[in-house]
Amino acid sequence: MIRLLYPVHIFSCNLGSNPTALLAEALSTVLSPTFLSKYSIKIKHLMCLLNFLLSSLPPVMKEIMVRAIYCEMLGYQASVSYIHAIKLAQQGSVLEKRLGYLAVSLFLNESDEFLLLLVNTVLKDLQSTNLNEVCMALTAVSQMFPKDMIPAILPIVEEKLTHPKEVIRRKAVLALYKFYLIAPNQVQHIHSKFRKALCDKDPGVMTASLHIYLQLVKESPESYKDLTVSFVTILRQVVGGKLPMDFNYHSVPAPWLQIQLLRILAYLGKEDQGTSEMMYDVLEESLRRAEMNHNITYAILYECVKSIYTVYPKAELLEKAAKCIGNFVLSPKINLKYLGLKALTYVVAQDPNLALPHQMTIIECLDHSDIIIKRATLELLFRITNAQNVTVIVEKMLEFLRQSSNDYSTVDLVGKVAELAEKYPFIKQDPLNLCNGMQPDIPNNFLRLLAEGFDSVEEDRQLRLFAVDSYVLLLQGETASLPQCFLQVISWVLGEYAHLRPDQASDPGKVMRLLTRLLDQRHASAQTRRWILSALTKLCSSPVESSLFSDWPVRLTAVFRGVPQVDSSLSFLDGHVSEALAAGAAPYKPPHQRQEELAHEKALSLEPYGLSLPVSLSTCSITDRLTDRQSPTRLSISSSVSGNSTELSLKGGSTTLKLDGVKRVWGKEGYLVQQPKEVVEETPLPPTELPSPLGSFQSPVSQTQTASPGPEPDQERQQLASSLFVGVGTHHSVCLVRSTACQSLRSSGHFIIVCCVSSPQVSCVSGDLVEEVKGHSVATCQYAVVMMRASVDVELAGLVSYQRVPGQPRATPFSLRLSLKHFIRPLTVSTGEYGKMWLSFSHDVKQNLRLITAGDQSPLTATLDTLRDRLHLHVVDIIGSEGIVACRLLRGQPCLLHCRVHADSLAVWLRSPIPEFPDSLLYHCQKALAEA
Amino acid sequence: MIKFLLMVNKQGQTRLSKYYEKVDIGKRPALEADVVKGCLSRKKEQCSFVEYKDFKLVYRQYAALFIVVGISDTENELSIYELVHNFVEVLDKYFGHVSELDIMFNLDKVHIILDEMIQNGHIVETNRNRILAPLLALDKMAEAH
Repeated sequence: MIRLLYPVHIFSCNLGSNPTALLAEALSTVLSPTFLSKYSIKIKHLMCLLNFLLSSLPPVMKEIMVRAIYCEMLGYQASVSYIHAIKLAQQGSVLEKRLGYLAVSLFLNESDEFLLLLVNTVLKDLQSTNLNEVCMALTAVSQMFPKDMIPAILPIVEEKLTHPKEVIRRKAVLALYKFYLIAPNQVQHIHSKFRKALCDKDPGVMTASLHIYLQLVKESPESYKDLTVSFVTILRQVVGGKLPMDFNYHSVPAPWLQIQLLRILAYLGKEDQGTSEMMYDVLEESLRRAEMNHNITYAILYECVKSIYTVYPKAELLEKAAKCIGNFVLSPKINLKYLGLKALTYVVAQDPNLALPHQMTIIECLDHSDIIIKRATLELLFRITNAQNVTVIVEKMLEFLRQSSNDYSTVDLVGKVAELAEKYPFIKQDPLNLCNGMQPDIPNNFLRLLAEGFDSVEEDRQLRLFAVDSYVLLLQGETASLPQCFLQVISWVLGEYAHLRPDQASDPGKVMRLLTRLLDQRHASAQTRRWILSALTKLCSSPVESSLFSDWPVRLTAVFRGVPQVDSSLSFLDGHVSEALAAGAAPYKPPHQRQEELAHEKALSLEPYGLSLPVSLSTCSITDRLTDRQSPTRLSISSSVSGNSTELSLKGGSTTLKLDGVKRVWGKEGYLVQQPKEVVEETPLPPTELPSPLGSFQSPVSQTQTASPGPEPDQERQQLASSLFVGVGTHHSVCLVRSTACQSLRSSGHFIIVCCVSSPQVSCVSGDLVEEVKGHSVATCQYAVVMMRASVDVELAGLVSYQRVPGQPRATPFSLRLSLKHFIRPLTVSTGEYGKMWLSFSHDVKQNLRLITAGDQSPLTATLDTLRDRLHLHVVDIIGSEGIVACRLLRGQPCLLHCRVHADSLAVWLRSPIPEFPDSLLYHCQKALAEA
Repeated sequence: MIKFLLMVNKQGQTRLSKYYEKVDIGKRPALEADVVKGCLSRKKEQCSFVEYKDFKLVYRQYAALFIVVGISDTENELSIYELVHNFVEVLDKYFGHVSELDIMFNLDKVHIILDEMIQNGHIVETNRNRILAPLLALDKMAEAH
């Protein structure tokens, strides 16, 4: 405190003699950063001091107010002084008043309520007989004024338009301009007065009115075409030196006024030959007059060239303007060179040939040491890109990208490269380097380019191989500096196309090892890890040595530790567990104990599963560990289909899996199993070169479904997967209608597609499929899969076994990821029914979700609509700030949501007869809202 | 459209700042430091315009003092560059050989001059006599008192 009081002490001792100078000095000292840190004075205390000074020392208020301004300038909010600033404007002498207004304009925002306190002062000052006061009030008004209070002072400001003093008229016009900016409707009736201001005998007033006209003409050029003549006349007079001498700047008549007029003319003459013809003469005159060698004349010239190239073209004028640019570009002054390049950018958009005379300069600028010159040159080159030079230009752009540190220009330039890559699809390898950018749609575009491919199969293969090779090379190096979205792209590409690598067959684990290394790295975000995992899953579909997976349980646990939604203590399961135990379920046994028991109880006929389901079992061992959230639910289905292939495709109906029989088997692991839900299609396709088997075609199919809450595939990734699927096919390319999840398997000349379709029209899907592959023998099997116990995510794994030649059974494993949201269907109920159901359901979860704001909808409606669209929920009713929503599992139990807007979040209460349904649904709601 | 005008010395101390677009007071020091860093690192033979985020900076150096103007992409850089000079000429005319100290100790007056020249991000007056007229009138009144 003593330290703090020290400066105050100085003030009080010396106030009598010369307070102002001392105060200023003392406050400056106090406010200097060195002093602040040395004496560790808290800003809070300083503000108290400031407040004390402002309220108790009116004679030196002005000086202290300046210090308060200084304070804010240094970044310390001096809110204590705001009210004093308003007081000063209200009560002070003329000088203090000006300072008060100044402080207000620096301290406050347009939306600040403090401004309302100023309205009366402004009103009083506007009516004052002292011109200075009127003047400063108008200045304050034209800087900031509360929108709602405009009508209170509008008549007085309008009146000032006819004031005998030019300065008052000018400031009145500027005040009206401000009103036009913040509330255009309020000044609509005085447009005729603007015209009068434009024709004012004083050039200052006319200049001020041009601000309004630039704005008006920009918004609707059509309505102001009749003023073209006036603007042309004004410009001619200005250029001709008719203005008083003091408007000159370095002997150039009113340069900024000229620039303003040229901009207005450009808007008026754009795409309008008639209007443009009126201004050709004056534009030419501007070009001719602006010959004096000074920066400001170049500024005018630049604007003039821009206008000439914006208005309806006149060959002669264009030529003159183009010649003019030569002066810029060739200038040794760097600023002019820059502006010349910018002007040239406009010009070449019309005629790329105009760049030819400046070729050498452009090349020079491209290697210029100044980055902004380079950037401007690239911008210019971008405009003259054609099929011949695109490769070189893109190369230059990429070179620049490597040096650039400015995020904004990087994003901009990457966008341009991507645009070029799409426009000239033969640049094959360049786009690969451009994913260094941060703009989210660029990787998407690039991936689409890669997945859809070009016209030639061989080119596609080469491009993809190049991508894989360069990414493998990248991953072998340091990866910490790569942007997240780039890592995601890498993961996707490797997952999809790693099989193209020539050494993939000999060392399939190489890519996987690289990806796992990436997964372990701390800098990979959760989103990126999902991509990596997805890629690894894809790679797993080809045979790999199992040693790679030995440490996976640990790794995945580590990965999932980072996922925020996971409640690792599993406390939310406590109720469920005790319930199950009470119902006679066996207590949980750790894996090693189970393993031991398994060894002892081999007699329990588990063996056949172990043999026939290698993949699904290995997946299980992973999911077992990673499922902190819920225990995996597994289920086995066995069925066999036999018959002629054509018959099969005709039959193609849906078969609901009967699970009652197998329930007990999985009960051993402690999980109850209920499932059937979606449609599974399994299509063994004998390839073309084989003769169509007319004889018996046996295809016993066995499959296993594993429900586990793994990382869910989001919509985007599924789309990617299906587009990838198109590319993978060797000789068939099958396009599936809106599939939820798909996997294609190739095994010894067969092409098997396993596909989950989240649509009730099963027959339609199989029809399409058959249509696509007609000419080949096709067998189609369909199964409906339903989810009985809700889970965030399920993994559907199985084995397709078939016999092409009787007596030679073959089997191919598959696995698909399905999310809960594919199983959710809207439940149409009335509010009454909803109420009854609500009371009867026992399992509930409460949680706050974030609200979405969209357009003019209320946040509640917007949020519920988002959930409806993304998760297929049914919005039953919205009453005030509450909404009720219902859904059910496909062919299963319902879940009800009760939503209430609470402060700025949405309090959601979910209820369902299924224990884990509310929790899982909540997870998807959170996700859907986060993605929205 | 002008976004802000800064006067900063070589040590990076802000001598005057005026924002024409809302910037939180808490974020200003960081922005200013960033802007100054961008300008100070430039060499004499380099261009007086710098890209910064999604806008451009136009800067001009007078002895140890930098004047930096943030402008939108549509603005004419060279005209702003000359506007800065015009501003300095006006200050010169008012203070007579303006120095950093003049600006430090007459912050209010510099602001009043600036208010006459730029409003809402637009150049509203460039005539030196007219820019100074209101301020001179105020000074006259102060003398009379």
